[in-house]
Amino acid sequence: MMPDLNITAFLPELFLAIAGMILLMLGVFQGNRGTRLVLVLTVACFALAFLIVIFSMGRNETALGGLFIADAFGDFMKLLVLVGSAVTLIMALRYIEREDMARFEYPVLVLFATLGMLLMISANDMMALYLGLELQSLSLYVVAAFRRDHLRSSEAGLKYFVLGALSSGMLLYGISMIYGFAGTTSFEGLAAQFAEEAPVSIGLIVGIVFLSAGLAFKISAVPFHMWTPDVYEGAPTPVTAFFATAPKVAAMALIVRVMIGPFGDLVAQWQQIIWFISVASMILGALAAISQTNIKRLMAYSSIGHIGYALIGLAAGSELGVNGILLYLTVYIVMNLGTFACILCMRQKDVMVERIEDLKGLSKTHPAMALALAIFMFSMAGIPPLVGFFGKFYVFLAAIEAELYVLAVIGVLSSVVGAFYYLRIVKLMYFDDPIEAFDQPIGREMSVILAATSLAIVLLTVGIAYLLDGTAVAAASLFQG
Amino acid sequence: MTSWPILSTITFLPLAGALWILFFVRHEDEELAAKNARSMALWASLVTFLVSLFVWFNFDRSSADFQFVERFDWIPAFNVSYHMGVDGISVMFVLLSTLLTPLCVLASWDAVKRRVKEYMIAFLVLETLMVGMFCALDLVVFYVFFEGVLIPMFLIIGIWGGGRRVYAAFKFFLYTLLGSVLMLLAILAMYYDAGTTDIPTLLAHGFPSSMQTWLWLAFFASFAVKVPMWPVHTWLPDAHVEAPTAGSVILAGVLLKMGGYGFLRFSLPMMPEASAFFAPLVFALSVIAVIYTSLVALAQEDMKKLIAYSSVAHMGFVTIGIFVVNRQGIEGAIFQMLSHGVVSAALFLIVGVIYDRMHTRLIERYDGLINRMPNYALIFMIFMLASVGLPGTGGFVGEFLVLVGVFQVNTWVGLLAASGMVLGAAYMLYLYRRVIFGKMTKEDLMGILDLNWREKVVFAPLVILVFWMGIYPVSFLDVMGPSVERLIEQYEMSLAQAEVQPIFAGLWTGR
Repeated sequence: MMPDLNITAFLPELFLAIAGMILLMLGVFQGNRGTRLVLVLTVACFALAFLIVIFSMGRNETALGGLFIADAFGDFMKLLVLVGSAVTLIMALRYIEREDMARFEYPVLVLFATLGMLLMISANDMMALYLGLELQSLSLYVVAAFRRDHLRSSEAGLKYFVLGALSSGMLLYGISMIYGFAGTTSFEGLAAQFAEEAPVSIGLIVGIVFLSAGLAFKISAVPFHMWTPDVYEGAPTPVTAFFATAPKVAAMALIVRVMIGPFGDLVAQWQQIIWFISVASMILGALAAISQTNIKRLMAYSSIGHIGYALIGLAAGSELGVNGILLYLTVYIVMNLGTFACILCMRQKDVMVERIEDLKGLSKTHPAMALALAIFMFSMAGIPPLVGFFGKFYVFLAAIEAELYVLAVIGVLSSVVGAFYYLRIVKLMYFDDPIEAFDQPIGREMSVILAATSLAIVLLTVGIAYLLDGTAVAAASLFQG
Repeated sequence: MTSWPILSTITFLPLAGALWILFFVRHEDEELAAKNARSMALWASLVTFLVSLFVWFNFDRSSADFQFVERFDWIPAFNVSYHMGVDGISVMFVLLSTLLTPLCVLASWDAVKRRVKEYMIAFLVLETLMVGMFCALDLVVFYVFFEGVLIPMFLIIGIWGGGRRVYAAFKFFLYTLLGSVLMLLAILAMYYDAGTTDIPTLLAHGFPSSMQTWLWLAFFASFAVKVPMWPVHTWLPDAHVEAPTAGSVILAGVLLKMGGYGFLRFSLPMMPEASAFFAPLVFALSVIAVIYTSLVALAQEDMKKLIAYSSVAHMGFVTIGIFVVNRQGIEGAIFQMLSHGVVSAALFLIVGVIYDRMHTRLIERYDGLINRMPNYALIFMIFMLASVGLPGTGGFVGEFLVLVGVFQVNTWVGLLAASGMVLGAAYMLYLYRRVIFGKMTKEDLMGILDLNWREKVVFAPLVILVFWMGIYPVSFLDVMGPSVERLIEQYEMSLAQAEVQPIFAGLWTGR
């Protein structure tokens, strides 16, 4: 086993693991005075890991005795995760100082969660999958409850922990069933077994069902979404921003890799599961969001809906579908980073507000911020020429190609319903009169993030070809062999 | 000059103007900033109009091909390119859009006082999207422009609209979006079948008959809402009533034409068999629209609502003309769209003139305006008669050609549609009598002023145009002639080739 240790393949992960431990030590010696330093260094580590991934792109190799795989698909997802983690950390900087949660553990926990995500993305074995997932989840549980003196935050953390543990249990049960019936946990081994035309035993199917249920928990797909609104609402806002971006992408990458990789030949078996959770997520995400009054809860339902759309690409089970997912997630992460930057700017007289009503008349008090948020909302609703449209375009294209017409029709119809609540936010900002303005200034880093993300949403439409080149390579790597 | 991307210039000049206003028009004094924004918008739209005149004069009237073609790779992985070009059908809609936008800017000069900067930006962005939509020769590019129009229009209705503006804006947006997303799926299916979204290639592709039915229905869902056809027209009266004057002008003048244009560009040539199959359905809905909405218009108390319903009736003629698929019908439909674009735009501007003065659109609040506003009464009469279809005005030519076309195909449809013209005369004359004639009895009207020079400038080109179209229609019919001819030729050829004749259509029309 030792000969194929292949350290260079997991260099980014190795680097983050070591950096995490060093930063932890640094934090211990510096105390909470060093929070800002640790946070900045963590962001720098993400940036460095980002560069390492960029420079090692184009490889396709396994490491750690086959437990770990580094391919273009993984690299693409890792870039998204690293961007998500880094940007949400930058957004958190002022918040944690202001809201009295400036403890150095915060950035370090985010770093370990991110490390877990990278490991999950690159998992090539059920065991590696589980270890990565748990490293990520355990860090996230703590981060959710980071304001432990706050009732809502603790509640969110506890709720997340209990339900997350339940889902991990289901996942483990599924893995053990699969191991019991297939005799291996390696993705390649499983794929090789299913490639033969033997009938699949019912036990394996049960195992796959449990596995997908566990994974559906992590991506908060219906019917395993119950934790999402409560956790999003209860957790401190920068933590919510983090939850909405990086872990979603990582979990999505995981479910795609598991379904397409080892179970790729069983499409007929799992397609209906994915079909159902996709439809249910889209419909629930669209309908439940309408009556929300809290913007974080709204974003929770919005993210459930978006996951539903992304899952259309998985239901198609084709290379085009994975391509669509990758594009969708890229767009999704940019839109969410921008939107949460706006939400973090919602402060009146030094108190965070999170009612949707508080956005009233924003176009008069903060025209630039209102314009940016309007761009994000129209993009999330999937209105061209904004790039959110192209995210939807390619998953629907995959659905049509796979002849999943009913799924596509339900998808577009629910996107019309969903457009309603995005429009409602635009309506509040542009059609209504302001009640009370938000605090100025919003901070330079927020302005930069808002400008960058909104520009990206507009300009990516023109340069969509470049993005598609990247996603095409990444999607193709998943279908080799 | 062919190397210069002139269509892209026309398309993106307004956008450049909008960006300029967004970033550079800033001033401490709000009044001054508003003034700068207005003149910048006027200049941008005027220059755009002048450039588009160049296209008009250099357009080869003897060719049915796409002209001024530009093509750049956009998404090579999916065979999608930024492909622009105009033929005899689309070039006139481009002109219509570039003509109406500066008039809209002028018409809102004094009427819009709040958030002038944003208003002008919205209109310029809207112009970019409209022109781009008519020039697009790739389905994805077309869809991007087609849908993108919703954003500025939503904001225009919602921000500068009247009392129920929020309701109207949401209704407009969601109605049209619902139709369009189904068309999106059809576009994807077409891409999947043909491997490209290039419109000229798709025109020659020939989709299997079984597929055509579904594609046609999906496109119909989108265009029927846009036109709008009965029974999905209900968003239009609301949107018109609540939109600011210039918003109504663009809505009636250009946005409604997107539906008719879509039928001509996609439904007829790409799905000929399905078009033949569903033609009776279109006839039925259109005839209902013509008669029913005319009757509804007769009962309206609100001037804008009345004109909105008359728009639905007039667009009913357009859809009939398109689906009779003969030369007179289609040319009449296109001509009717153009003249309706001018006439209804002018009528909304006419309502806007007195609305700006009295801040009400209720008919009962006005009477005897001829005593104080003779010029206004004259302009109103010209466009009222054009809307009725008086010979010598643009309105007559379109309706006449459509009726000539439809009588060749189905007498009953022709007869019923013709009755719509009578009703049209009834509601327009009734409106005119109530508002213009009689004694002026209302106290608050006594001080009302006649048209000022700016309003005259706005109406002048429209008056010229409506007479030009009525007296010498050939200058427009010539442009569309070759394209329409080819459209019909190909339509009949593919029908002849089709293995299964559309029997049901024959049964329905009784032939």
